[in-house]
Amino acid sequence: MHIAIIGNGISGVTAARFIRKLSDHKITLISAETDYFFSRTALMYIYMGHMRFEDTQPYEPWFWKKNRIDLLRAYVEKVDTQNKQLHFAKGKPSISYDKLIIACGSKPNRFGWPGQYLDNVHGLYSYQDLEAMEKASAEGIKRAVIVGGGLIGIEMAEMFHARHIPVTFLVREGSYWNGVLPYEESQMINRHIIENHIDLRLKTELKEIVDDGTGKVKAITTNKGETIDCQFVGLTAGVSPNIKFLEGSGIETQRGILVNEYLETNIPDVYAIGDCSQHSNPKPGRRPIEAVWYTGRMMGETLAYTICGQRTAYDPGIWFNSAKFFDIEYQIYGTVLARAPENHQSIYWEHSDGRKAIRIVYDNKNGAILGFHLMGVRYRHEVCEKWLREQTHIEQVLQNLSLANFDPEFYKQYEQDLLTIYNQQSGKNLVLKKKRSWNQVFSFLKS
Amino acid sequence: MHILEKIGLALVIIALCIFTYSLNLGTYKLSPESLQISNEYHKKEVLQIATETELLNSVYSSKASFIRDFKNTLKKASAKLNEKPIPEGVSEWDFKLGDWTYKDYTMYTVKHSTKGLIVDYSWLFLFLTFGLGALGVLIHSIPKYLSLPGIKNNQIYQSAMTRGLTLSTRSIALSLTIVGVLVYGIFYLKGNFIWTLLTLLVMGLISYLVLYRDGEKANNPTRSASPTHLGWLGLLTGMYLIGFYVLLYWSPEYITNWMLICDPVSKSLSGNQASQWFVYGLLYTIVMLVMGVRMIGKYRHNRYQIIRTISVIFFQTAFAFIIPEILVRLNQPYYDFKNIWPLDYDFFFDWNLNTLMNSGGLGIFMLVWGIVLIVIGVPLITYFFGKRWYCSWVCGCGGLAETLGDPYRQLSDKSLRAWKFERYIIHGVMVFAVAMTGLVLFTYFTGSRNVLFLSSDTVRSWYGFLIGSAFAGVVGTGFYPLMGNRVWCRFGCPLAGYLGLVQRFKSRFRITTNGGQCISCGNCSTYCEMGIDVRAYAQRGQNIVRSSCVGCGVCAAVCPRGVLRLENGSADIENRTTELKTIHITEDQIRLLS
Repeated sequence: MHIAIIGNGISGVTAARFIRKLSDHKITLISAETDYFFSRTALMYIYMGHMRFEDTQPYEPWFWKKNRIDLLRAYVEKVDTQNKQLHFAKGKPSISYDKLIIACGSKPNRFGWPGQYLDNVHGLYSYQDLEAMEKASAEGIKRAVIVGGGLIGIEMAEMFHARHIPVTFLVREGSYWNGVLPYEESQMINRHIIENHIDLRLKTELKEIVDDGTGKVKAITTNKGETIDCQFVGLTAGVSPNIKFLEGSGIETQRGILVNEYLETNIPDVYAIGDCSQHSNPKPGRRPIEAVWYTGRMMGETLAYTICGQRTAYDPGIWFNSAKFFDIEYQIYGTVLARAPENHQSIYWEHSDGRKAIRIVYDNKNGAILGFHLMGVRYRHEVCEKWLREQTHIEQVLQNLSLANFDPEFYKQYEQDLLTIYNQQSGKNLVLKKKRSWNQVFSFLKS
Repeated sequence: MHILEKIGLALVIIALCIFTYSLNLGTYKLSPESLQISNEYHKKEVLQIATETELLNSVYSSKASFIRDFKNTLKKASAKLNEKPIPEGVSEWDFKLGDWTYKDYTMYTVKHSTKGLIVDYSWLFLFLTFGLGALGVLIHSIPKYLSLPGIKNNQIYQSAMTRGLTLSTRSIALSLTIVGVLVYGIFYLKGNFIWTLLTLLVMGLISYLVLYRDGEKANNPTRSASPTHLGWLGLLTGMYLIGFYVLLYWSPEYITNWMLICDPVSKSLSGNQASQWFVYGLLYTIVMLVMGVRMIGKYRHNRYQIIRTISVIFFQTAFAFIIPEILVRLNQPYYDFKNIWPLDYDFFFDWNLNTLMNSGGLGIFMLVWGIVLIVIGVPLITYFFGKRWYCSWVCGCGGLAETLGDPYRQLSDKSLRAWKFERYIIHGVMVFAVAMTGLVLFTYFTGSRNVLFLSSDTVRSWYGFLIGSAFAGVVGTGFYPLMGNRVWCRFGCPLAGYLGLVQRFKSRFRITTNGGQCISCGNCSTYCEMGIDVRAYAQRGQNIVRSSCVGCGVCAAVCPRGVLRLENGSADIENRTTELKTIHITEDQIRLLS
């Protein structure tokens, strides 16, 4: 059986790896972007000079041959689902498949701004976007403007900042990423952006990108009537599935490729995973399209089982995610909402330096733990997940909170601070039961 | 670049220029007082010849000519003494002028025959070299304390100093160094070329095993360790360091001016004049101190790094530098209490054993302490904490790598091929060290200098030359900017090999990974100075248990997602490497295949 995979990102590669683990099927991994799989999340580190492009490739070049995963550098122009064939751009010979996995990812959103296709206007998604940033930097950027206050926007700001290029950061909302981050955390990141000398403009939207007469960016104007001179515009207002090439293929799409819980499309033997897939029946509390590294990886692994004859439903489990805002690391486990419903009670602690915070959310009706939200502090995934899965009572969580601490050795621990806040709120007198230790964690996880 | 960084860099460059140029300062005049030979027969004969050849009291402006003429004088004196009858009651060893005495006689005589600014103003030169350089590094590090705390490796791969060497340049540099060392080795053993051939043979064997038997030839292309452009500043730095070590180990008579600069410090510590080893010790300690301040500034958000850096600086300054000097002042044996055989490869040499056993209670204590560390200390402490307790908390070589070498940690080769070479080479050196020590001890206890066809004297001098000097020093430090800061620790150190075996098979230590949070970005692998592909483990949720891991903790520090943690625990000591904590999909739904 020949399995063709469109896209060599984390989803497609994980699918390929697990199919190889489970079977001897012929696998072809197709990408127009790069020869080998690289970690998209590390693009920023190449630009900042922390890493070389080669360092972002998780597998050595010989890995693919050794595991008999055929790599094909080509751009799929047309999918012929009737004859099970893929047709490529630039006249590359077509190939046929028995099963097709579409893992083609997404592209940066462009919301119809005037000038959005000018030179030096880019998102940050692909290797080509990085090349464009390097090229523009070599030509000289006196100021860059970034549009869109999400995770990629702040990464792009950090990238330019690392090269001492001044940045203006336009954020539509009243506070950075406040659709996702609760108020205090969002404020913390606002402060941190400003202390990194980024020109943060809240409640400001892009109106127009101005041409310098040669097809390049000269300036932008905002909805407040301001003109900002700049030589680069970063568009980071989210991404959407990159599925234009599927038009006419018969594969049902809306914003993304529609899939059921088995990641199957409407056409037999065609599957979609990762950023480009849209779940018709997402699990409660989950969005239909989740353009996240981890879910892409999980979908790839799940689908490998289905393809190898063990039909498995996709279950992303308990939500988790992480990011880094300049120097502040961010982790979330479970449900922590920007605008908490009535029954979501928070215990919030913030360090006096204003760069660390822990928020623990529980249900004030039954005391069940709902989520962990961490800024500048690391918690252990498996421990948090076990508490969340078992809907452990908040008091039990707090008294054993040291089990979750994942900060390096010798770091100050803040479990007592959270317990103290809870004790003040509840009038109780709980004490920490356990010290941080691997043996304790191990027996807790095995219990 | 920050203005303070520019000022600091300028000071370091000035200090380095003065330091280098100072080697050439002064004039040289041999006088009966400056002739540093305590043996009366030798002294008399050398003076005689020196008078005949008009070396005595002639003023030389070139050090090289002075050394050449003095060595010729030594040779002539030696020949003369060989012809003379040995006086009654005097041993042949005391009477004849053997060539093993040339090095010390020449070095100290050159030193004492030097006249000029360097002698008259040694304190000033000490300030202009060591002082100014240290000040420069400290000023250069100030911006690290002014910026926001956090990982900032900005432009490390864009700088000609730290981006490393292209594969071809690195191969040329490595080949030239190896060839140079092996050819020089023939002269070092006075024309005995068997050992050079044998070493070449072993190197060929290891290459065969890795490339053909282990199939690494087929693993092509391998993970690249080359930057896009040559790091030419790094190459120059590496060449300077290599030159420094070559002079230090094999031609110390050319660096006597540095000893003169350090004389006042040495005399105030031990009461003795400075040898090349004192110069090296002082330089080493100061470099670790100021580069340690830089390291702490860079990682000041991370208490593990701060405490660890203070620890290595402390052990270098107190244990490796000051305490031994004070012991000498107190007429006790020179002893570094933290140096452990087989890194301290001459611990079981006859002269060391004799010195320790003839130095009363303290000497015996030192002997017992050294053995206890080897037999009990290393395995026990490594069981509890992993090899990091030594390699990145105590050891001097490790300490230099973690301070001076920190800007180069990303240059280690992460390919599977490099790992395979590493295992053969480090364990090969370990076997060599043990075998060499075995032969030396055999000779010590039986008095027989030959075991089968091997002379224990030759084996030990080849080990000292090839491993002790060339590998640990010339390659170990000289290759920081070429192949990363732990070349010696990773490929060579026999003690690291021993600690690594304990860590791999019986230790509570491991690096745990945080469930499913890894994004495979590769920062951990990039900044692993030991060339471990940390990401390969982290992205599948597997603990990292590797014999080479020195537990520096930088992988955990640079991780942008909080995935790695250094951890000790006995609960799962036999199953530290299982993938039990991976979060892929809900695993109870599926049959797990191995």
